[in-house]
Amino acid sequence: MTPKRTVLSNGMVLLTSEQRTLPMVSIELLMDAGSVHESAPQAGLANLTARLLTYGTKRRSALQINETLDFIGASLEAACGQDTASLSMTVLKKDLATGLELLADVLTQPTFPQAEIDRQKQAIIATIRATEENPGAVAGKAFAAAIFPQSPYGRPVEGTEATVKTLRQKNLQDFFARYYRPNRAIIAVVGDVSEQEIASLLNTALRSWAKGEPSAVTTVPVKIGPAKLVRVNKELTQANIVMGQSGVARDNPDYYAIQVMNYVLGGGGFSSRAMDSIRNERGLAYSVYSFFAAEKNHGTFEFVMQTKNESALEAIRIANDEIRRMREEPVSEQELNDAKDYLIGSFPLRFDTNRKVASFLAQVEYFKLGLDYPDRYADLVRNVNRQEVLRVAKQYLHPETLITVIVGNLKKIAEK
Amino acid sequence: MFWQPGVRCVLTIFFFGVALSNLHAAQVQEFVLDNGLKVLLLEDHKSPAVTFQVWYRVGGRNEKDGKSGLAHFLEHMMFKGTPNTGPEEYSRIIAKNGGRSNAFTSSDMTVYFATMSREKIGIDLDLEADRMANALLGEQYFEPEKKVIQEERRLRTDDNPGSALSEVAGAVAFMVHPYRRPVVGWMEDIEKLTRQDLVDFYKLYYAPNNAFVVIVGDFSTDEILPKIRNAFEKIARDADAPKVSVQEPEQQGERRVILKKEAELPFLLMFYHAPNLQSADSFALDVLSVVLAGGRSARLYHELVYEKRLVRGVDADYSRVSVDPMGFSITAQLLPGIQPANVEREIYGSLEKIKSELITERELQKAKNQIEAAFIFDQDSIFGQAMKLGYYEITGGWRQLDAYLDGIRKVTREDIRRVARQYLDGDRRTVGTLIPTKQQ
Repeated sequence: MTPKRTVLSNGMVLLTSEQRTLPMVSIELLMDAGSVHESAPQAGLANLTARLLTYGTKRRSALQINETLDFIGASLEAACGQDTASLSMTVLKKDLATGLELLADVLTQPTFPQAEIDRQKQAIIATIRATEENPGAVAGKAFAAAIFPQSPYGRPVEGTEATVKTLRQKNLQDFFARYYRPNRAIIAVVGDVSEQEIASLLNTALRSWAKGEPSAVTTVPVKIGPAKLVRVNKELTQANIVMGQSGVARDNPDYYAIQVMNYVLGGGGFSSRAMDSIRNERGLAYSVYSFFAAEKNHGTFEFVMQTKNESALEAIRIANDEIRRMREEPVSEQELNDAKDYLIGSFPLRFDTNRKVASFLAQVEYFKLGLDYPDRYADLVRNVNRQEVLRVAKQYLHPETLITVIVGNLKKIAEK
Repeated sequence: MFWQPGVRCVLTIFFFGVALSNLHAAQVQEFVLDNGLKVLLLEDHKSPAVTFQVWYRVGGRNEKDGKSGLAHFLEHMMFKGTPNTGPEEYSRIIAKNGGRSNAFTSSDMTVYFATMSREKIGIDLDLEADRMANALLGEQYFEPEKKVIQEERRLRTDDNPGSALSEVAGAVAFMVHPYRRPVVGWMEDIEKLTRQDLVDFYKLYYAPNNAFVVIVGDFSTDEILPKIRNAFEKIARDADAPKVSVQEPEQQGERRVILKKEAELPFLLMFYHAPNLQSADSFALDVLSVVLAGGRSARLYHELVYEKRLVRGVDADYSRVSVDPMGFSITAQLLPGIQPANVEREIYGSLEKIKSELITERELQKAKNQIEAAFIFDQDSIFGQAMKLGYYEITGGWRQLDAYLDGIRKVTREDIRRVARQYLDGDRRTVGTLIPTKQQ
């Protein structure tokens, strides 16, 4: 990976890494156009806008876009998260010009045709319904709503059936005009193309794309919901459990010590305490893990597992014990070293394909980690010691503030 | 689809008929040790890692009725140590050395793999050789692990409406062949398995002459071959494991299955028996699956999702690379308020068109372009390449990869129509419908 960074004349940040062994190019574009920018009555607007990008431009209908992409065997996917929206493209080198032209087209000239809006609204509402039969997703949604009440971060990106129904073409056009601007965008291009070639192609393709309102620099304070138990009744054989609380944003200097601490607790797979006590010793779960999601302005800590209804309360008790234990005693020297060795040793595996490199570079830029981040990572982790791990456990794990979500057969759960 | 892989960590892989380029296949080197262990090596220096995989020619197919889930249970227990390595220590050693490891079981195979740096991959070689010969399958871990597997079944199947439908439909589409059994096992079978079952199965099937090794990535053949010999050559060849040779009787009439389950939206699944890569028709079947649902402009997707707004999405999957013939499936989750019978009718209408009128030249070329592009993109991952090599080797020989692209390029519009008529025939079809029920 040999990354280069430029800022195009329209303000878009371009990251590139040449990789000539395969005749393919992977592109990852991030736009500061996530659901955090929408109001509660218009929940789902950012997502619907992102979806509509590939369903019609001034030059091409949705059908023409589909046909063009399929004929060259390329993919172009739009997605939307809470902070950013994204466009991801994979294309053969020989079709790069077509791919880029198409990308520029959907990015700058979407027309939001009414028929397509109707189609996608129906599709999104179906997705919202379908999510209800995914117990893990139901648990995740309930957790988010409880931890960040009255905040865009507490709402699902898709919105609700009621709010999606109200969205109009003008809403989409306004949202697009305000938030889809080159100076709010990061694009990472990896593969069989040089930096000069891609910069030149992009400058040409995007020459008429005007700058807009820049990304806001201030962080948004987020109200944290109080500890509670949330129960959702579903006819399931398992209880799907999420226990969590507020975490840290990505730029918190404790981030690396937290990663090491979390590895020991539940992020380290079969090297973690959660896996040992809940899965290996007691056979209570197949999947059990914890993580700190560290985003631009906010973050969460979550402990996630699924166990048969009858053992839900026991599993929750053990999880609480493990969280408490992290706060009370330092981790062992071996646990500390195992965590650091994995984080440092496996780091290159995060970018061992073109697509992963593109994603990685975009994230590094978004979180302002610096192009030298891969070189600095080892030392950042190596510097974490047992006292640091204990300190961040005490500072960031608070069992008394945990929000616990249980989705399952509540009658069977309570019987025990 | 019917062979639901059971894995240790969350990993599910489906590979349907995509292969390496001719150029790449020519770069694969094959060695066979004296004890019968085949070794396939593919150097690839664009990524900073090496993936090492051990493929055992054993899976759900080798189980007996009443003991389903045995191969998958054994896969779990392989992580519980040897005389040299403590329980769960395998995974910890790999992780401590900056690697990632996992395993999965299907009806046809059990595969253990790790990805690590060039400097560290030798560690995995030794660990895999050790557990091929010396796995303890300790009694004290047996009951807890059984519980873990039961949770896995609940997570992947019992509480997952689409998978649950797939499981029931599979048991009906295949009346006789082991493909009818779920790999994770029926819940009652898992409950009754004993440690002795595992030990017998391990002794019978885990031997160097019933396995092969695949290595792809940033290594040097000259450096790694002596390490492989050193690790594996001392394991003695075993008696040849019994091969399962079961022929599914020809289906002569449609089968229908309904599953009622708590869910939000109806789900439709159609399965047609079809040959695998041993048939010359397999290339056309592959192309047909892309013509039907390979992208947003593909026939079924365009008609059912976009034009008529009947379903959320539609997939057409052809199981080309399997040990015994599997089939061709079409699956769709319906939009709210839509009747399954209507969607069925629309799908049959689409299929009738393909059986009567030739597809256009452009459609054919488009599908071929998609397949060719995909297999270049697939080479972006050393793990993906190793998996492909493994799948081909398990089903008849890795060299069959060489024939893939040529076979695809030669498919004609007449071939498409012919295989659609021959194999997408109502009499060879099993239809599964999920009817959502609402909780009280």
